[in-house]
Amino acid sequence: MVISHELPRRPLSFVLPVMGLMGGFFGVFFGPTFGSALVGLVLVATVSVFLAYVIISTKYLSRKVTRLLLPVPLTVLGLVFFGPISGFFGALFGWFFGWFFYWIYEGGYRAKLKPYLTSGQVLWYYGFRVICGLIFTFLIAPVLVVIPLSFNAQNYFTFTPEMLRLDPAGYSLKHYQDFFNNGDWQRSFWNSLIIAPFATVISVSLGTLAAIGLSQSHVPAKRAIMAILISPMIVPLIISAMGMFFFYSTLGNFMENTLGLDKNLVGYIKVILAHAVLGIPFVIITVTATLVGFDKSLTRAASSMGAGPVKTFFKVQMPLIMPGVISGGLFAFITSFDEVVVVMFIGSASQKTLPWQMFIGLREQISPTILAVATILVGVSVVLLLTLELLRRRSERLRGLSPG
Amino acid sequence: MSYTDDNGPMMTMDGKPLKRSLAIALRRQKVRALLLISPLLIFVLFTFLFPIASMLFRSVENDIVSEILPKTVVALHSWDAESGELPDEIVYSAFAGDLQRAAKAKDHTRVGLRLNYEKSGMASLFKKTARQAKKWDLEADTSFKAKLIETHKGWADIAVWQTLKTHSSRYTSGYFLNSIDMRKTVSGPEFQPEDRQILVTLFKRTLIISLVITMSCILLSYPVAWLLANLPMRQANLLMILVLLPFWTSLLVRTSAWKVMLQQQGVINDLLVALGMIEETGRLALINNQLGTVIAMTHILLPFMILPMYSVMQSIPPTYLRAAKSLGATNWTAFWRIYFPQSVPGIGAGSILVFILSIGYYITPEIVGGNKGVFISNRIAYHIFQSMNWGLAAALGTILLVAVLILYWAYDKIVGIDNVKLGG
Repeated sequence: MVISHELPRRPLSFVLPVMGLMGGFFGVFFGPTFGSALVGLVLVATVSVFLAYVIISTKYLSRKVTRLLLPVPLTVLGLVFFGPISGFFGALFGWFFGWFFYWIYEGGYRAKLKPYLTSGQVLWYYGFRVICGLIFTFLIAPVLVVIPLSFNAQNYFTFTPEMLRLDPAGYSLKHYQDFFNNGDWQRSFWNSLIIAPFATVISVSLGTLAAIGLSQSHVPAKRAIMAILISPMIVPLIISAMGMFFFYSTLGNFMENTLGLDKNLVGYIKVILAHAVLGIPFVIITVTATLVGFDKSLTRAASSMGAGPVKTFFKVQMPLIMPGVISGGLFAFITSFDEVVVVMFIGSASQKTLPWQMFIGLREQISPTILAVATILVGVSVVLLLTLELLRRRSERLRGLSPG
Repeated sequence: MSYTDDNGPMMTMDGKPLKRSLAIALRRQKVRALLLISPLLIFVLFTFLFPIASMLFRSVENDIVSEILPKTVVALHSWDAESGELPDEIVYSAFAGDLQRAAKAKDHTRVGLRLNYEKSGMASLFKKTARQAKKWDLEADTSFKAKLIETHKGWADIAVWQTLKTHSSRYTSGYFLNSIDMRKTVSGPEFQPEDRQILVTLFKRTLIISLVITMSCILLSYPVAWLLANLPMRQANLLMILVLLPFWTSLLVRTSAWKVMLQQQGVINDLLVALGMIEETGRLALINNQLGTVIAMTHILLPFMILPMYSVMQSIPPTYLRAAKSLGATNWTAFWRIYFPQSVPGIGAGSILVFILSIGYYITPEIVGGNKGVFISNRIAYHIFQSMNWGLAAALGTILLVAVLILYWAYDKIVGIDNVKLGG
């Protein structure tokens, strides 16, 4: 027996109210264009119901043609009466209207759901997704909003009318130029680029060694050691910063006066050591997690074939745990690159890092250059995220290949 | 070839007892593990735990007065602070000697500053008196009581001497008392005057706002984690990017984004005005108050709640829900009695993590919190940089640290340190 997936057309008594609700919802947003939200609600709802009725009762046009034709009048209306941005939204609304209408009318909204669900369950299914969509919007919107704002031609932190009209005059690269030409920003940028890699190298090399030690089968006082090594992640930053503030001022004086090192160099050493400590827990956690899946018989096989411990480490163990080491390193790098509290406490003005400069900018003389920097940093985090994802896949593949 | 005697212990090939041989191998393994760990352990102990321990010690350490004014402190022992009378000439002459030496060594400002935390006006009192003290002839002059009172009438004030005596011990509970809005006096601890009581309010506010943040994180994370755990892998991974991108974005970027969004002339207010939902004059105050702190920090800490919840929910078999429904449970009963209890560990883990992180936050409250939305951390930073009252800062830090460690202990009991996961 063949079960037909053709769903029956929905009755008018269902389709028209739903279209009215949809129109009303959008009408609230279009409202200001017509004067007030209430006018928009009533107007767009009525138009939507009417349009839906017309499409259903005149059966001359096929679905494809209707959907192609619908955006045209709305775009033209928007363009002629209210300008390009309204035209764009008109087109968008027309397209959405066409899709939504057929989705409701032809029962597409039930096509992927189990047929026995009640109407209430179907409503909840979509209502739940809308709620989740709103939460996702909350998560991502702040990150996305700074990107267009960083191209603002004015020194404002909001969208200017020119920007909304998509007028090229409303956009410029001047905040980026400021970032690349301003001495303060450039110095802090380079400071971040100097400090973070050194801190990462220290925490990755020491952290990987310790993680290998920790993954041996007999480690005395393992829990206590683990707790100590992870502590920089648990202790609130302000407390770590305060402790280091006192400690590093003494250490700095010692290095400057007794060892006779350059003041600037000492400043960098202090910040690098402090950031290295902060990055260590991340390296320990990611590398031990990779080592959990590591097959010990591989090292035994290597030594039974005559490789020494050092050779075994570099030829067998290292390539296999590399993804974990790199992602730990990325965590350590971003920890240092993002860190502002500790560096504010122990660094001097010549070690000012990018986050520190941003913090000053946000607290005192607020300048839109911050948004340009923020956009660049969002780009950096996208790259980091992609790298981590690739590493995770590689690690899974490697582990999938390893026997046992 | 046999490695056993007929009745003796089991032997290895080189003739040692097997038991000892194994013990040696085990010890060697332990030593090797410790050797691998030791560089990092020493590094962390030396540059992290030791500094924090010595910082904590500062919260009880109080040797400035007894170091700089040693003879005065000894002389003050015999003075009854509650008698209502000024100390004897012995105390005054001991003090004159101490002060002259301190003034020559330029140490008097440190004592003045230290005592100024307890009683305002002490710093200037010491400064003014020390200027005169350098000229005194300790051998020839006699009546230092009259001389000191003549130099500054503060020395005729019993409260000054009481403060000096109360804070002359080498170790003090004064900073801890201060951090719960009390102070040390001659007649024992008592509450600070009303206008100086702010720290308990701040502790309470830190706790309450952190709880609100944790609650709103739970509310927002639960649906998202559920959706991620129940979607097909491919779609879930795509949506995961929306969680992980903010997670990986710099804290400062997210904080500045919220500043942009929430300002009076910011994106959200502009949008609401444009939609006609609020009047141009009635723009909402979303920033520089507690609401701003809650919104921004909920956003910043949300991934720390979603990720543990997601990993717990992923392990809940969907068949349980179906079984419940097939046995006649309604949707709500099936969720509340079957699914929810199994997801509680995820909520617990995420909540403790978010709470621990939020009570120690400094940057975000400082920028979006204004006066009403700052935390205890901001006060600590204030005492470090502006008022220079490091003892009080250390005491506040100790209390905060103890709270975090207790929570962390609970986290370890519930989740286990080893189960900390990063980025999904």
